[in-house]
Amino acid sequence: MVMLTGPITEARVRELLQNVKDPEVPAISVLELGVVRAVEVNDDKVLVTITPTYTGCPAMDVMKADIEKELHDAGIADVCVQQVLSPAWTTDWITTEGKAKLKAYGIAPPEHTTDIRALKGELPVVECPHCGSKDTGMISLFGSTACKALWKCNACLEPFDQFKCL
Amino acid sequence: MSQQEALFTYCLRQADDLLILSHRLSEWCGHGPVLEEDIALTNRALDHIGEARNLLTYAGQVEGKGRTEDDLAFLRAERQFVNTKLVEQPNGDYAFTIVRSFLFDAYHLPLAEALTKSSDTQLAAIAGKAVKEAQYHLRHSSDWLKRFGDGTEESHRRAQAALDALWTFTGELFVQDDLHQGLVKAGIAPDLNAIKASFDATVDNVLAEATLKRPVDGFMASGGRQGKHGENMGFILAEMQYLQRAYPGAKW
Repeated sequence: MVMLTGPITEARVRELLQNVKDPEVPAISVLELGVVRAVEVNDDKVLVTITPTYTGCPAMDVMKADIEKELHDAGIADVCVQQVLSPAWTTDWITTEGKAKLKAYGIAPPEHTTDIRALKGELPVVECPHCGSKDTGMISLFGSTACKALWKCNACLEPFDQFKCL
Repeated sequence: MSQQEALFTYCLRQADDLLILSHRLSEWCGHGPVLEEDIALTNRALDHIGEARNLLTYAGQVEGKGRTEDDLAFLRAERQFVNTKLVEQPNGDYAFTIVRSFLFDAYHLPLAEALTKSSDTQLAAIAGKAVKEAQYHLRHSSDWLKRFGDGTEESHRRAQAALDALWTFTGELFVQDDLHQGLVKAGIAPDLNAIKASFDATVDNVLAEATLKRPVDGFMASGGRQGKHGENMGFILAEMQYLQRAYPGAKW
Protein backbone atom coordinates (compact mmCIF):
# COMPACT_ATOMS: atom_id res chain seq x y z
CA MET A 1 0.00 0.00 0.00
CA VAL A 2 1.27 3.44 -0.95
CA MET A 3 0.27 6.34 1.28
CA LEU A 4 0.17 9.59 -0.57
CA THR A 5 2.03 12.53 0.84
CA GLY A 6 1.76 15.97 -0.58
CA PRO A 7 -0.91 17.16 -3.01
CA ILE A 8 -3.02 14.72 -4.98
CA THR A 9 -2.21 14.88 -8.67
CA GLU A 10 -3.56 13.03 -11.67
CA ALA A 11 -0.17 11.34 -12.16
CA ARG A 12 -0.24 10.01 -8.61
CA VAL A 13 -3.78 8.73 -8.95
CA ARG A 14 -2.76 6.95 -12.14
CA GLU A 15 0.17 5.36 -10.31
CA LEU A 16 -2.29 4.01 -7.76
CA LEU A 17 -4.68 2.78 -10.48
CA GLN A 18 -1.84 0.71 -11.87
CA ASN A 19 -2.29 -1.43 -8.71
CA VAL A 20 -5.96 -2.12 -9.47
CA LYS A 21 -6.17 -5.30 -11.53
CA ASP A 22 -8.91 -6.72 -13.69
CA PRO A 23 -10.51 -9.18 -11.20
CA GLU A 24 -11.02 -11.78 -13.93
CA VAL A 25 -7.66 -11.28 -15.65
CA PRO A 26 -5.43 -10.22 -12.75
CA ALA A 27 -2.40 -10.02 -15.04
CA ILE A 28 -3.34 -6.53 -16.22
CA SER A 29 -4.42 -3.30 -14.53
CA VAL A 30 -7.53 -1.26 -15.23
CA LEU A 31 -5.28 1.25 -16.99
CA GLU A 32 -3.75 -1.38 -19.26
CA LEU A 33 -7.22 -2.75 -19.98
CA GLY A 34 -8.18 0.70 -21.22
CA VAL A 35 -11.33 1.08 -19.13
CA VAL A 36 -10.14 4.24 -17.33
CA ARG A 37 -11.25 7.08 -19.59
CA ALA A 38 -10.44 10.04 -17.39
CA VAL A 39 -8.98 11.03 -14.05
CA GLU A 40 -9.91 14.44 -12.69
CA VAL A 41 -8.49 15.94 -9.54
CA ASN A 42 -10.14 18.97 -7.92
CA ASP A 43 -8.32 19.89 -4.71
CA ASP A 44 -8.84 16.76 -2.63
CA LYS A 45 -11.66 15.32 -4.75
CA VAL A 46 -10.93 12.61 -7.29
CA LEU A 47 -13.27 11.66 -10.12
CA VAL A 48 -12.43 8.51 -12.07
CA THR A 49 -14.42 7.79 -15.23
CA ILE A 50 -14.55 4.21 -16.42
CA THR A 51 -16.32 2.51 -19.32
CA PRO A 52 -17.61 -1.07 -19.25
CA THR A 53 -15.92 -3.71 -21.38
CA TYR A 54 -19.04 -5.83 -21.88
CA THR A 55 -22.43 -4.47 -20.87
CA GLY A 56 -23.18 -7.36 -18.56
CA CYS A 57 -19.65 -7.94 -17.30
CA PRO A 58 -19.92 -8.60 -13.54
CA ALA A 59 -16.29 -7.51 -13.11
CA MET A 60 -17.25 -3.85 -13.63
CA ASP A 61 -18.81 -3.49 -10.17
CA VAL A 62 -15.75 -5.15 -8.63
CA MET A 63 -13.40 -2.82 -10.53
CA LYS A 64 -15.36 0.19 -9.30
CA ALA A 65 -15.13 -1.02 -5.69
CA ASP A 66 -11.44 -1.90 -6.08
CA ILE A 67 -10.62 1.56 -7.46
CA GLU A 68 -12.43 3.19 -4.55
CA LYS A 69 -10.62 0.99 -2.04
CA GLU A 70 -7.17 1.57 -3.55
CA LEU A 71 -7.61 5.34 -3.46
CA HIS A 72 -9.19 5.34 0.01
CA ASP A 73 -6.34 3.20 1.35
CA ALA A 74 -3.87 5.73 -0.04
CA GLY A 75 -5.55 8.41 2.02
CA ILE A 76 -7.84 9.96 -0.58
CA ALA A 77 -11.20 10.28 1.16
CA ASP A 78 -13.31 11.89 -1.54
CA VAL A 79 -13.44 9.44 -4.46
CA CYS A 80 -16.15 9.14 -7.09
CA VAL A 81 -16.08 6.47 -9.79
CA GLN A 82 -18.55 7.09 -12.59
CA GLN A 83 -19.42 4.86 -15.54
CA VAL A 84 -19.94 6.18 -19.07
CA LEU A 85 -21.08 4.13 -22.06
CA SER A 86 -19.93 6.35 -24.88
CA PRO A 87 -17.61 6.08 -26.67
CA ALA A 88 -17.94 2.31 -26.40
CA TRP A 89 -14.90 0.45 -25.16
CA THR A 90 -12.84 -1.37 -27.76
CA THR A 91 -10.04 -3.90 -27.38
CA ASP A 92 -7.87 -1.40 -29.29
CA TRP A 93 -7.67 0.49 -26.00
CA ILE A 94 -5.77 -2.34 -24.33
CA THR A 95 -2.25 -0.94 -24.14
CA THR A 96 0.74 -2.58 -25.81
CA GLU A 97 2.09 -3.53 -22.36
CA GLY A 98 -1.35 -4.89 -21.50
CA LYS A 99 -1.35 -7.11 -24.60
CA ALA A 100 2.14 -8.39 -23.79
CA LYS A 101 1.06 -9.20 -20.24
CA LEU A 102 -2.05 -11.02 -21.46
CA LYS A 103 0.11 -13.19 -23.68
CA ALA A 104 2.56 -13.95 -20.86
CA TYR A 105 -0.45 -14.87 -18.72
CA GLY A 106 -1.56 -17.45 -21.34
CA ILE A 107 -4.30 -15.44 -23.04
CA ALA A 108 -3.94 -14.65 -26.74
CA PRO A 109 -4.41 -10.86 -27.05
CA PRO A 110 -7.03 -9.46 -29.46
CA GLU A 111 -6.04 -8.45 -32.97
CA HIS A 112 -6.60 -4.83 -33.98
CA THR A 113 -10.22 -4.06 -34.94
CA THR A 114 -9.05 -2.56 -38.24
CA ASP A 115 -7.42 -5.87 -39.16
CA ILE A 116 -9.00 -6.64 -42.52
CA ARG A 117 -10.03 -10.12 -41.35
CA ALA A 118 -11.86 -8.66 -38.35
CA LEU A 119 -13.65 -6.18 -40.60
CA LYS A 120 -14.78 -8.96 -42.89
CA GLY A 121 -15.91 -11.08 -39.97
CA GLU A 122 -13.32 -13.75 -40.73
CA LEU A 123 -11.35 -15.63 -38.14
CA PRO A 124 -8.03 -14.04 -37.25
CA VAL A 125 -4.72 -15.87 -37.24
CA VAL A 126 -4.13 -16.36 -33.54
CA GLU A 127 -0.74 -17.25 -32.17
CA CYS A 128 -0.70 -19.86 -29.42
CA PRO A 129 0.34 -18.02 -26.23
CA HIS A 130 2.07 -21.20 -25.00
CA CYS A 131 4.26 -22.32 -27.92
CA GLY A 132 3.92 -19.49 -30.43
CA SER A 133 2.55 -21.67 -33.23
CA LYS A 134 0.10 -20.12 -35.68
CA ASP A 135 -1.48 -23.51 -36.34
CA THR A 136 -4.50 -22.88 -34.10
CA GLY A 137 -8.26 -23.20 -34.35
CA MET A 138 -11.32 -21.84 -32.59
CA ILE A 139 -13.31 -24.27 -30.45
CA SER A 140 -16.04 -21.89 -29.35
CA LEU A 141 -16.98 -18.26 -29.90
CA PHE A 142 -17.55 -17.92 -26.16
CA GLY A 143 -15.10 -18.66 -23.36
CA SER A 144 -14.70 -18.54 -19.61
CA THR A 145 -15.66 -14.87 -19.35
CA ALA A 146 -17.64 -12.43 -21.50
CA CYS A 147 -14.45 -11.08 -23.08
CA LYS A 148 -12.89 -14.35 -24.21
CA ALA A 149 -13.25 -17.10 -26.84
CA LEU A 150 -11.94 -20.64 -26.57
CA TRP A 151 -9.15 -21.80 -28.91
CA LYS A 152 -6.82 -24.74 -29.20
CA CYS A 153 -3.31 -25.14 -30.55
CA ASN A 154 -2.77 -27.90 -33.11
CA ALA A 155 0.99 -27.87 -32.48
CA CYS A 156 1.26 -28.19 -28.71
CA LEU A 157 -2.33 -29.42 -28.34
CA GLU A 158 -3.03 -27.04 -25.45
CA PRO A 159 -6.36 -25.19 -25.26
CA PHE A 160 -6.16 -21.45 -24.57
CA ASP A 161 -8.31 -18.36 -24.14
CA GLN A 162 -8.33 -15.63 -26.72
CA PHE A 163 -9.36 -12.08 -25.83
CA LYS A 164 -12.19 -11.40 -28.30
CA CYS A 165 -11.64 -8.53 -30.68
CA LEU A 166 -14.34 -5.93 -29.99
CA MET B 1 -49.31 10.46 -24.58
CA SER B 2 -46.38 12.79 -24.07
CA GLN B 3 -43.05 12.11 -25.75
CA GLN B 4 -41.56 11.37 -22.34
CA GLU B 5 -44.15 8.63 -21.73
CA ALA B 6 -43.59 7.25 -25.22
CA LEU B 7 -39.83 7.13 -24.70
CA PHE B 8 -40.32 5.38 -21.35
CA THR B 9 -42.44 2.67 -23.00
CA TYR B 10 -40.02 2.40 -25.91
CA CYS B 11 -37.13 1.75 -23.53
CA LEU B 12 -39.22 -0.89 -21.78
CA ARG B 13 -40.08 -2.62 -25.05
CA GLN B 14 -36.43 -3.09 -25.87
CA ALA B 15 -35.40 -3.87 -22.31
CA ASP B 16 -38.15 -6.46 -21.80
CA ASP B 17 -37.25 -8.32 -25.01
CA LEU B 18 -33.67 -8.60 -23.75
CA LEU B 19 -34.56 -9.37 -20.14
CA ILE B 20 -37.00 -12.16 -20.95
CA LEU B 21 -34.76 -13.71 -23.63
CA SER B 22 -31.88 -13.54 -21.17
CA HIS B 23 -33.98 -15.36 -18.60
CA ARG B 24 -34.86 -18.07 -21.10
CA LEU B 25 -31.21 -18.52 -22.10
CA SER B 26 -30.13 -18.67 -18.47
CA GLU B 27 -32.45 -21.67 -18.03
CA TRP B 28 -29.88 -23.60 -20.09
CA CYS B 29 -27.20 -23.02 -17.46
CA GLY B 30 -25.96 -26.47 -16.50
CA HIS B 31 -28.11 -28.13 -19.19
CA GLY B 32 -26.26 -27.18 -22.39
CA PRO B 33 -25.79 -29.98 -24.93
CA VAL B 34 -22.00 -29.52 -24.74
CA LEU B 35 -19.93 -27.50 -22.30
CA GLU B 36 -18.98 -24.87 -24.88
CA GLU B 37 -22.62 -24.18 -25.71
CA ASP B 38 -23.60 -24.08 -22.06
CA ILE B 39 -20.99 -21.34 -21.71
CA ALA B 40 -22.05 -19.65 -24.95
CA LEU B 41 -25.71 -19.36 -23.94
CA THR B 42 -24.95 -18.04 -20.48
CA ASN B 43 -22.51 -15.54 -22.03
CA ARG B 44 -25.25 -14.38 -24.36
CA ALA B 45 -27.68 -14.17 -21.44
CA LEU B 46 -25.15 -11.94 -19.68
CA ASP B 47 -24.81 -9.62 -22.69
CA HIS B 48 -28.59 -9.34 -23.00
CA ILE B 49 -29.06 -8.61 -19.32
CA GLY B 50 -26.31 -5.99 -19.49
CA GLU B 51 -28.13 -4.13 -22.24
CA ALA B 52 -31.47 -4.61 -20.46
CA ARG B 53 -30.03 -3.09 -17.29
CA ASN B 54 -28.85 -0.01 -19.17
CA LEU B 55 -32.24 0.40 -20.81
CA LEU B 56 -34.21 -0.14 -17.60
CA THR B 57 -32.03 2.33 -15.72
CA TYR B 58 -32.60 4.85 -18.47
CA ALA B 59 -36.34 4.11 -18.54
CA GLY B 60 -36.46 4.87 -14.82
CA GLN B 61 -34.68 8.19 -15.39
CA VAL B 62 -37.00 9.13 -18.25
CA GLU B 63 -40.06 8.29 -16.16
CA GLY B 64 -38.74 10.47 -13.35
CA LYS B 65 -40.53 8.70 -10.52
CA GLY B 66 -37.41 7.31 -8.90
CA ARG B 67 -37.83 3.74 -10.12
CA THR B 68 -34.57 1.80 -10.44
CA GLU B 69 -33.67 -0.99 -12.87
CA ASP B 70 -34.52 -3.49 -10.12
CA ASP B 71 -37.93 -1.93 -9.43
CA LEU B 72 -38.78 -2.18 -13.12
CA ALA B 73 -37.51 -5.75 -13.50
CA PHE B 74 -38.85 -7.27 -10.32
CA LEU B 75 -41.90 -5.25 -9.33
CA ARG B 76 -43.90 -4.90 -12.52
CA ALA B 77 -46.85 -7.19 -13.16
CA GLU B 78 -47.25 -9.35 -16.25
CA ARG B 79 -49.52 -6.86 -18.05
CA GLN B 80 -46.86 -4.18 -17.62
CA PHE B 81 -44.22 -6.17 -19.49
CA VAL B 82 -44.09 -5.17 -23.15
CA ASN B 83 -41.75 -7.77 -24.69
CA THR B 84 -42.70 -9.57 -27.87
CA LYS B 85 -44.08 -13.09 -27.60
CA LEU B 86 -41.09 -14.46 -29.52
CA VAL B 87 -38.72 -14.17 -26.58
CA GLU B 88 -41.06 -15.73 -24.02
CA GLN B 89 -41.38 -19.00 -25.94
CA PRO B 90 -40.03 -21.97 -23.96
CA ASN B 91 -36.57 -23.30 -24.86
CA GLY B 92 -37.69 -26.54 -26.51
CA ASP B 93 -34.80 -28.51 -27.99
CA TYR B 94 -31.50 -26.93 -28.96
CA ALA B 95 -32.63 -26.22 -32.50
CA PHE B 96 -35.64 -24.34 -31.11
CA THR B 97 -33.45 -22.25 -28.80
CA ILE B 98 -31.02 -21.45 -31.61
CA VAL B 99 -33.76 -20.51 -34.09
CA ARG B 100 -35.46 -18.29 -31.49
CA SER B 101 -32.15 -16.47 -30.88
CA PHE B 102 -31.34 -16.33 -34.59
CA LEU B 103 -34.64 -14.61 -35.39
CA PHE B 104 -34.10 -12.18 -32.55
CA ASP B 105 -30.45 -11.52 -33.51
CA ALA B 106 -31.39 -10.84 -37.14
CA TYR B 107 -33.72 -8.10 -35.81
CA HIS B 108 -31.57 -6.90 -32.91
CA LEU B 109 -28.38 -6.19 -34.88
CA PRO B 110 -29.87 -3.78 -37.47
CA LEU B 111 -31.98 -2.21 -34.71
CA ALA B 112 -28.89 -1.53 -32.58
CA GLU B 113 -27.02 -0.21 -35.63
CA ALA B 114 -29.86 2.17 -36.44
CA LEU B 115 -30.23 3.30 -32.84
CA THR B 116 -26.60 4.44 -32.73
CA LYS B 117 -27.90 7.33 -34.89
CA SER B 118 -30.84 8.10 -32.58
CA SER B 119 -31.38 11.73 -31.66
CA ASP B 120 -31.58 10.50 -28.07
CA THR B 121 -27.93 10.42 -27.03
CA GLN B 122 -28.37 7.91 -24.20
CA LEU B 123 -30.21 5.41 -26.44
CA ALA B 124 -27.46 5.91 -29.02
CA ALA B 125 -24.76 5.25 -26.41
CA ILE B 126 -26.47 2.08 -25.16
CA ALA B 127 -26.86 0.86 -28.74
CA GLY B 128 -23.25 1.68 -29.55
CA LYS B 129 -22.21 -0.72 -26.84
CA ALA B 130 -24.73 -3.38 -27.84
CA VAL B 131 -24.01 -3.39 -31.56
CA LYS B 132 -20.63 -5.06 -31.17
CA GLU B 133 -22.09 -7.79 -29.02
CA ALA B 134 -25.07 -8.24 -31.35
CA GLN B 135 -22.74 -8.95 -34.29
CA TYR B 136 -21.16 -11.70 -32.27
CA HIS B 137 -24.53 -13.15 -31.28
CA LEU B 138 -25.76 -13.29 -34.86
CA ARG B 139 -22.58 -15.04 -35.92
CA HIS B 140 -23.07 -17.66 -33.20
CA SER B 141 -26.72 -18.40 -33.96
CA SER B 142 -26.15 -18.33 -37.75
CA ASP B 143 -23.26 -20.81 -37.47
CA TRP B 144 -25.40 -23.26 -35.54
CA LEU B 145 -28.41 -22.86 -37.77
CA LYS B 146 -26.30 -23.68 -40.84
CA ARG B 147 -24.85 -26.67 -39.05
CA PHE B 148 -28.32 -27.94 -38.10
CA GLY B 149 -29.92 -27.27 -41.46
CA ASP B 150 -27.06 -28.65 -43.50
CA GLY B 151 -26.29 -31.42 -41.00
CA THR B 152 -28.12 -34.69 -40.57
CA GLU B 153 -31.67 -35.47 -41.58
CA GLU B 154 -32.67 -35.29 -37.93
CA SER B 155 -31.00 -31.93 -37.23
CA HIS B 156 -32.48 -30.52 -40.45
CA ARG B 157 -35.96 -31.73 -39.49
CA ARG B 158 -35.73 -30.18 -36.03
CA ALA B 159 -34.38 -26.85 -37.29
CA GLN B 160 -37.14 -26.60 -39.92
CA ALA B 161 -39.80 -27.49 -37.34
CA ALA B 162 -38.50 -24.78 -35.00
CA LEU B 163 -38.50 -22.24 -37.81
CA ASP B 164 -42.06 -23.16 -38.82
CA ALA B 165 -43.27 -22.93 -35.21
CA LEU B 166 -41.54 -19.64 -34.39
CA TRP B 167 -42.23 -17.76 -37.63
CA THR B 168 -45.65 -16.61 -36.42
CA PHE B 169 -43.91 -14.60 -33.68
CA THR B 170 -41.68 -12.57 -36.03
CA GLY B 171 -44.39 -10.19 -37.27
CA GLU B 172 -44.71 -8.46 -33.93
CA LEU B 173 -41.07 -7.32 -34.03
CA PHE B 174 -41.86 -4.94 -36.87
CA VAL B 175 -45.26 -3.50 -35.90
CA GLN B 176 -45.18 0.29 -35.82
CA ASP B 177 -48.01 1.60 -33.67
CA ASP B 178 -48.76 5.30 -33.03
CA LEU B 179 -46.28 5.38 -30.18
CA HIS B 180 -43.49 4.08 -32.39
CA GLN B 181 -44.36 6.34 -35.31
CA GLY B 182 -44.24 9.37 -33.03
CA LEU B 183 -40.73 8.45 -31.95
CA VAL B 184 -39.67 7.87 -35.57
CA LYS B 185 -40.81 11.41 -36.40
CA ALA B 186 -38.75 12.73 -33.48
CA GLY B 187 -35.68 10.90 -34.79
CA ILE B 188 -35.52 8.78 -31.64
CA ALA B 189 -36.59 5.39 -33.00
CA PRO B 190 -35.73 3.95 -36.41
CA ASP B 191 -38.28 3.11 -39.09
CA LEU B 192 -38.91 -0.60 -38.62
CA ASN B 193 -39.45 -1.14 -42.35
CA ALA B 194 -35.71 -0.59 -42.82
CA ILE B 195 -34.96 -3.00 -39.98
CA LYS B 196 -37.31 -5.54 -41.60
CA ALA B 197 -35.42 -5.28 -44.91
CA SER B 198 -32.17 -6.09 -43.15
CA PHE B 199 -33.85 -8.91 -41.19
CA ASP B 200 -35.20 -10.40 -44.44
CA ALA B 201 -31.80 -10.28 -46.11
CA THR B 202 -30.08 -11.97 -43.16
CA VAL B 203 -32.76 -14.64 -42.87
CA ASP B 204 -32.70 -15.38 -46.60
CA ASN B 205 -28.91 -15.63 -46.74
CA VAL B 206 -28.53 -17.86 -43.71
CA LEU B 207 -31.48 -20.10 -44.57
CA ALA B 208 -30.13 -20.59 -48.10
CA GLU B 209 -26.80 -21.75 -46.70
CA ALA B 210 -28.57 -23.87 -44.12
CA THR B 211 -30.74 -25.47 -46.86
CA LEU B 212 -33.81 -24.54 -44.82
CA LYS B 213 -37.08 -23.20 -46.17
CA ARG B 214 -38.34 -19.78 -45.19
CA PRO B 215 -41.89 -20.22 -43.89
CA VAL B 216 -44.67 -18.39 -45.71
CA ASP B 217 -46.02 -15.37 -43.83
CA GLY B 218 -49.37 -16.31 -42.34
CA PHE B 219 -51.10 -15.42 -39.11
CA MET B 220 -48.78 -13.31 -37.00
CA ALA B 221 -49.11 -13.36 -33.21
CA SER B 222 -49.38 -9.99 -31.47
CA GLY B 223 -50.26 -8.47 -28.12
CA GLY B 224 -46.93 -8.72 -26.34
CA ARG B 225 -46.12 -5.04 -26.91
CA GLN B 226 -49.45 -4.21 -25.25
CA GLY B 227 -48.76 -6.47 -22.27
CA LYS B 228 -51.01 -9.31 -23.44
CA HIS B 229 -48.80 -12.35 -23.17
CA GLY B 230 -49.08 -16.07 -23.63
CA GLU B 231 -49.46 -18.58 -20.82
CA ASN B 232 -45.67 -18.89 -20.46
CA MET B 233 -45.08 -15.38 -19.25
CA GLY B 234 -46.54 -15.83 -15.79
CA PHE B 235 -44.27 -18.77 -15.10
CA ILE B 236 -41.21 -16.79 -16.16
CA LEU B 237 -42.08 -13.91 -13.85
CA ALA B 238 -43.00 -16.24 -10.99
CA GLU B 239 -39.45 -17.54 -11.06
CA MET B 240 -37.67 -14.32 -11.94
CA GLN B 241 -39.46 -12.17 -9.37
CA TYR B 242 -39.89 -14.70 -6.59
CA LEU B 243 -37.19 -13.42 -4.27
CA GLN B 244 -38.22 -9.76 -4.41
CA ARG B 245 -41.89 -10.68 -4.01
CA ALA B 246 -41.26 -12.98 -1.05
CA TYR B 247 -38.65 -10.76 0.61
CA PRO B 248 -39.27 -7.19 -0.56
CA GLY B 249 -36.09 -5.13 -0.69
CA ALA B 250 -33.82 -8.16 -0.14
CA LYS B 251 -30.17 -7.49 -1.02
CA TRP B 252 -27.01 -9.51 -1.13
